[in-house]
Amino acid sequence: MVRFGNSIAGRDRGGAWFLGILTLIAIAVPVLNILVPPSSTFHLSAYGIALIGKYLCYGMLALALDLIWGFCGILSLGHAAFFALGGYAMGMYLMREIGPRGVYGNPILPDFMVFLNWKSLPWFWHGFNHFLFAAAMVVAVPALLALVFGWFAFRSRVTGVYFSIITQALTYALMLAFFRNNMGFGGNNGFTDFKDILGFDLHSDGTHAVLLVITAVALGASYLACRAIVDSRAGRVIRAIRDAESRTRFLGYPVESFKLWLFVFSGIIAGIAGALYVPQIGIINPSEFAPINSIEAVIWVAVGGRGTLYGAIAGAVLVNYAKTYLTGAFPEVWLYALGALFVLVTRYLPRGIIGLLPSKDKVVPKAALLGESHEESARSRQAARS
Amino acid sequence: MKKAPVRDKRLDLRDLTVIFDGFKALNKLSLYVDPGELLCIIGPNGAGKTTMMDVITGKTRPDSGTAWFGSEIDLLRLTEPEIVNAGIGRKFQKPTVFEQLTVFENLELALAGGRSFYRTLRARITPAQQNRIDDVLEIIGLTKQRTLLARTLSHGQKQWLEIGMLLMQNPELLLVDEPVAGMTPHEIERTAELLLSLEGEHSIVVVEHDMHFVRSIARRVTVLHEGRVIAEGDMDKVQKDARVKEVYLGE
Ligand SMILES: Nc1ncnc2c1ncn2[C@@H]1O[C@H](COP(=O)(O)OP(=O)(O)OP(=O)(O)O)[C@@H](O)[C@H]1O
Ligand SMILES: [Mg+2]
Repeated sequence: MVRFGNSIAGRDRGGAWFLGILTLIAIAVPVLNILVPPSSTFHLSAYGIALIGKYLCYGMLALALDLIWGFCGILSLGHAAFFALGGYAMGMYLMREIGPRGVYGNPILPDFMVFLNWKSLPWFWHGFNHFLFAAAMVVAVPALLALVFGWFAFRSRVTGVYFSIITQALTYALMLAFFRNNMGFGGNNGFTDFKDILGFDLHSDGTHAVLLVITAVALGASYLACRAIVDSRAGRVIRAIRDAESRTRFLGYPVESFKLWLFVFSGIIAGIAGALYVPQIGIINPSEFAPINSIEAVIWVAVGGRGTLYGAIAGAVLVNYAKTYLTGAFPEVWLYALGALFVLVTRYLPRGIIGLLPSKDKVVPKAALLGESHEESARSRQAARS
Repeated sequence: MKKAPVRDKRLDLRDLTVIFDGFKALNKLSLYVDPGELLCIIGPNGAGKTTMMDVITGKTRPDSGTAWFGSEIDLLRLTEPEIVNAGIGRKFQKPTVFEQLTVFENLELALAGGRSFYRTLRARITPAQQNRIDDVLEIIGLTKQRTLLARTLSHGQKQWLEIGMLLMQNPELLLVDEPVAGMTPHEIERTAELLLSLEGEHSIVVVEHDMHFVRSIARRVTVLHEGRVIAEGDMDKVQKDARVKEVYLGE
């Protein structure tokens, strides 16, 4: 049983709203697409569905990030790497699913391999013709990377800004690697021209509607799982680590292992989000590993509101909606707008947009958001006293 | 193999020496604590009081000397967590409670029990644990504040909460470093009552600069200076001691 908001949050009202809206989207999107005729202004095109699907996938990435950053103070600036790896695993399945329908008509080798004159499938492409194998890899690959990377980083007590920097380096290194043709992932073109998924045509509205519903369900389930974690005693230990790491260690909690498992879980959610993203968007390439993507994801969370879970999702959707609009209308200003948004939010809205809502759920107090450590505040109080 | 001392003391430190870069922070320090006793330790800045606590809790290893907890446990052979589990709780100089958790949750995290991610994920408070938390809330006088975030507490209340967190583990020996620094007179008085109420049940070592406070709780006082004990006895005796006057009280 998931037990909600037994502590600070009181009842999880924000979460209930979020799940309600998500359900509404999952119902309305297929209805507006399939039942409303294309001539009507209320008709939702396949493009519209894919756009909403993309926002939900980004919401899931933001959720994964908020779990570690908002609740445990681990600022990953490389989380898009897990998203991209999940996406690539799904992309490999979709490539093999093309079969002999590629430009070169090779039943086994994807087009880019034929183009590179490869004679046989690299070993790591085996098994990806089975959906279930690919689905397992969607979870396993990001999890393994998070496990190995987190094990080294947390065990050597890499924290704060140093951790952020090495996560940036990680995603950058992966980007460079995936750009290389001989890595066997399609080089800078990545994967595209997918035909179908499990036999369902990826160019049909119906498939897109179903993918969107699946994404909504995955996002809702991920939210509930994250909520269950942060509301458990483990969740309180995680917040304790964020506030006073060495004190938590002194109480006997294995701080490194808490961070590691949380990081792995977060990486898995990001990976699944990436896997859902690829069939809806129809392409995956190494630019998904670009450091700016991970930084953008952090901005979504900051804009939405850290430490609430649903706030991060709202932030991802809103910022990306703005991005879709702005990059259409004034493509050159987007990065400046994003930077300005980040500065304004950290300066004037430390709780993010969610903090503007009238609410009793004061989950992360202001001091924590401004990064004022507890020792610092204790010291300034002592100073004020004497 | 070192032999346990014959004296049956709760804590028995003998000839402890700690050298930092040639500087003797502790210099053949010897002292003891009886079961259930409340011992006060005073001494000027840099006397080695915190270093002594670091040795007892395993944070600093002495260059020589012995430290026994009862006649069975050689503290110098244990790691920090093992020492906590053996029954020694320490309150640090700086108050460190978990600011974004409630008073109740702070005590909950201090409960004995599984510490792994998996165990805490599934943990539920049992009625016995609930009672234990209620008892401790009563002892530290924070029953009314149980659902408040710890960051909203006053400085003094945070110190009590931290003592409460130590009590959750029911330690036989409590080490308390400068509990009343920065407290209001009223809070100091409450802290004295709190520590006195724990006497008997637990052995307690209190390090404190505030003479008035020490006088209000002390049975026996040990004076440290330059890493060694220079006087010991009740407050009156210690205050009359010529060396103590010279190095500490006279300043
Ligand atoms: N890790 C260390 N490295 C070097 N010197 C140290 C270290 N820790 C403590 N010292 C020195 O050892 C001496 C004793 O320090 P300690 O903190 O034990 O004193 P104290 O009695 O607790 O003082 P206070 O009343 O100021 O808290 C001091 O001179 C201090 O500078
Ligand atoms: Mg000290």
